Amino acid sequence: MLRITGGKVYDPANGINGEIKDLCIDDHGRFVESVSGGRTIDATGMIVFPGGVDVHTHVAGGAINFARAMTPEDHRRTQAFIRTKSRRSGLGGMAPTTFATGYLYAGMGWTTVNEAAVPVLSARHTHEELADVPIVDKSSLTLMANNEIMLDQLEKGEYERAKQVVAWYLWAAKSYGVKAVNPGGVTAWKYGHDAKQLTSPIDGYRNLTPGAIVTQLARICDDLGLPHPIHLHCNNLGAPGNISTTLDTLKHLEGSRAHIAHSQYHAYGGDDWHNMRSETTQLADYFNSHPNITTDAGAVLFGDTVTITADGPWQHLLYKLTGRKWGNLDVENETGCGIVPYTYRPSNLVNAVQWACGLELLLLIQSPWQVFLSTDHPNGGCFWRYPEIIKLLMNADFRKDWIKRLPEKALSRITLPEVDREYTLYEIATAMSAGPARALGLPHKGNLGIGADGDVAIYEEDADAARMFGHPRYVIKGGEVVIEEGDIRETPEGREFLVKPSMDPETDAFMRPLFEDCYTMSFENYPVEIERIEHAELRECINVPGR
Amino acid sequence: MTIALHLKRQPTVPLEAEVISPDTFAGLSNSDIRGLTVYHGKRQLPLGEFFDVEGERSEDLVLHGAMHKVRWIGRRMSKGSITVHGTAGMHLGAYMTGGRIEVHGDAGDWLGAEMKNGFIHVHGNAGGQIGAAYRGSMSGMRNGTIIVDGSAGLEVGMRMRRGTIVLGGPAKDFTGLQMKGGTIILLSGAELRTGAWMNRGVIISMKPLPLMPTFVHSADMTPTFINLYAVQMKHLGVRLPFTTAEGVYGVHAGDMAVTGKGEILIWQPTTGAA
Repeated sequence: MLRITGGKVYDPANGINGEIKDLCIDDHGRFVESVSGGRTIDATGMIVFPGGVDVHTHVAGGAINFARAMTPEDHRRTQAFIRTKSRRSGLGGMAPTTFATGYLYAGMGWTTVNEAAVPVLSARHTHEELADVPIVDKSSLTLMANNEIMLDQLEKGEYERAKQVVAWYLWAAKSYGVKAVNPGGVTAWKYGHDAKQLTSPIDGYRNLTPGAIVTQLARICDDLGLPHPIHLHCNNLGAPGNISTTLDTLKHLEGSRAHIAHSQYHAYGGDDWHNMRSETTQLADYFNSHPNITTDAGAVLFGDTVTITADGPWQHLLYKLTGRKWGNLDVENETGCGIVPYTYRPSNLVNAVQWACGLELLLLIQSPWQVFLSTDHPNGGCFWRYPEIIKLLMNADFRKDWIKRLPEKALSRITLPEVDREYTLYEIATAMSAGPARALGLPHKGNLGIGADGDVAIYEEDADAARMFGHPRYVIKGGEVVIEEGDIRETPEGREFLVKPSMDPETDAFMRPLFEDCYTMSFENYPVEIERIEHAELRECINVPGR
Repeated sequence: MTIALHLKRQPTVPLEAEVISPDTFAGLSNSDIRGLTVYHGKRQLPLGEFFDVEGERSEDLVLHGAMHKVRWIGRRMSKGSITVHGTAGMHLGAYMTGGRIEVHGDAGDWLGAEMKNGFIHVHGNAGGQIGAAYRGSMSGMRNGTIIVDGSAGLEVGMRMRRGTIVLGGPAKDFTGLQMKGGTIILLSGAELRTGAWMNRGVIISMKPLPLMPTFVHSADMTPTFINLYAVQMKHLGVRLPFTTAEGVYGVHAGDMAVTGKGEILIWQPTTGAA
């Protein structure tokens, strides 16, 4: 039992904006009206936030592990976690190790993370790694938009069958929802091509277009009643002029719920690298007039990182552009994956535009319930640098100082210098916690109301937002004090959220011959057993309005 | 005034001793130096367990003994000097930014790896990966000079970006692997795949080399910069021929498997000349 008294509480899920309020957490780790006995934390003069929720990150599984293996140079220079009685050893840096990931997230007040890209074939590996990410609660999304068995059904016009196949795959992967990466493009990559036009058929198919995949997959997510809508990485990521593709994609999603991942990478104008510019105003306008869709920023921070994505063709292009290391994985007939270490530099025109785009989207999209804090870790920057973004959002002068370091040429291509908006603490709490929790369909997260999970971050008020959010005074996870005065005190194991969409019992029999025809592993060994998931929590599917 | 270290106990496993550096010793008393921590495997022990230490507060270190198991000597040093009488282990002078290291004996692998500046002279043989980039790093040595009188191992100058490596004896395979700049001078040639994947930089060999098919013979000539190099090298005690009376260099461009902006120069002495 725990009581937090006297703190200034920011709880957007319940409309509480900086009120002095006491919070009580019972022995089940949930907020209650009152408790008798137990510890009391005096938070007088401090800021009380719901624990952070990361809607889009890459912290476990084959791709990030490949990135770890590819960047030994980073391991030599980065923060090392030395083993103690309660803590395991590990490394921070661009692609932190599993245990360190949990420590670093909790260390800045984040208590829930969503691993956003899991091929079914590496789901077992991903769950094993997620089990080793301590403290935070987790969920994972399954890559579906290039899965050939599923695409074959859409090609044949068998929507109902495709829906069953998706449901089957989600349960086989023990996943929480659907991720779509460059729909059709990763399939085309196996022919050495990409899919940049939403209306052209993709390689290997006669009729099926990326647009059709987007529309139908979004509908499938709604029809299955998944708590989190389709989580979409649009086609044409990172390319100058891709704003038209992104807006076209959004039109294909009308009538469905959707979450657009890392929209910063999809908001560029121009037609080549030398004239690339920000088109975030167009994208922000769309979001402002369509309150039913959400996005995360995928903001870029200057410095070293490693980019990892299922978008194989894009990564090949990035490798060609930079001449740095390149890793490519082909995940049978499900998806692909590429890894390229990368350095974002303020002096580089393209990087400067990207940096501005991320912040512009966070500032130009009016409602923080629609646009969430993310760097698409580790693609735009490492998650442990979120406090730097918070400072950039809350302090327009600090932002202006940074804009001065950009090349002169960049200034005419971005709108950031004209934006004076500064986030309030209430808006930060929405964009880093309450908003992403709602978008993920996890109402008990990012919420300090009665019955919600007792996940709290308590900060000492500081004019320097980066320092304040980088060093919470206390972090409480499920009622347990995990961080106190900069030290990790407890490392409880987090839960994993899953869904079990209803499916036709015949689907197993339908899948078996198709599966045995093309996969390299046996059908029986493929699905992840529920026993393999540590602390699994099954979430209910929902009725999506209009479906 | 120097600080003298005598190895008194041979480590049974590699001893990680990056504290042996002028930067660390410069301001310390004799007892403080003996109390510095070294890693004997996973055990932390005082330096005095392995070395007798004479002198204090100096930037000039003289080391005596068979220290082939002592690693990281002079790591990140920026000034002063280290003179080794005996052998030195792996990573000698790695990441150094200045100062001089002289070894009267042999040195191990990763000699001067990722060094930024400074001077290293090994009178005996050295191991592989001299001036190289550590695994995963973008570039190896960025400047400075490494001279090895004897032979060297694999991957000498791997991914080096600038600076000079001179080898008196022969080198093994993959000399100048993925080189990005700088100069490697081979007075006794090298084994296979010299210059593989080199982007830029120059490898000068005084002996014939087996070249990879991705190197293209572009000319027989003595580029003007050789004269300048020869003057520079003379100060270091290395003789680089450049007069037409003595011979000419065969210039080979490559590695064509990548950008092909590197060059391998192979000395072709005039018949009868030295």
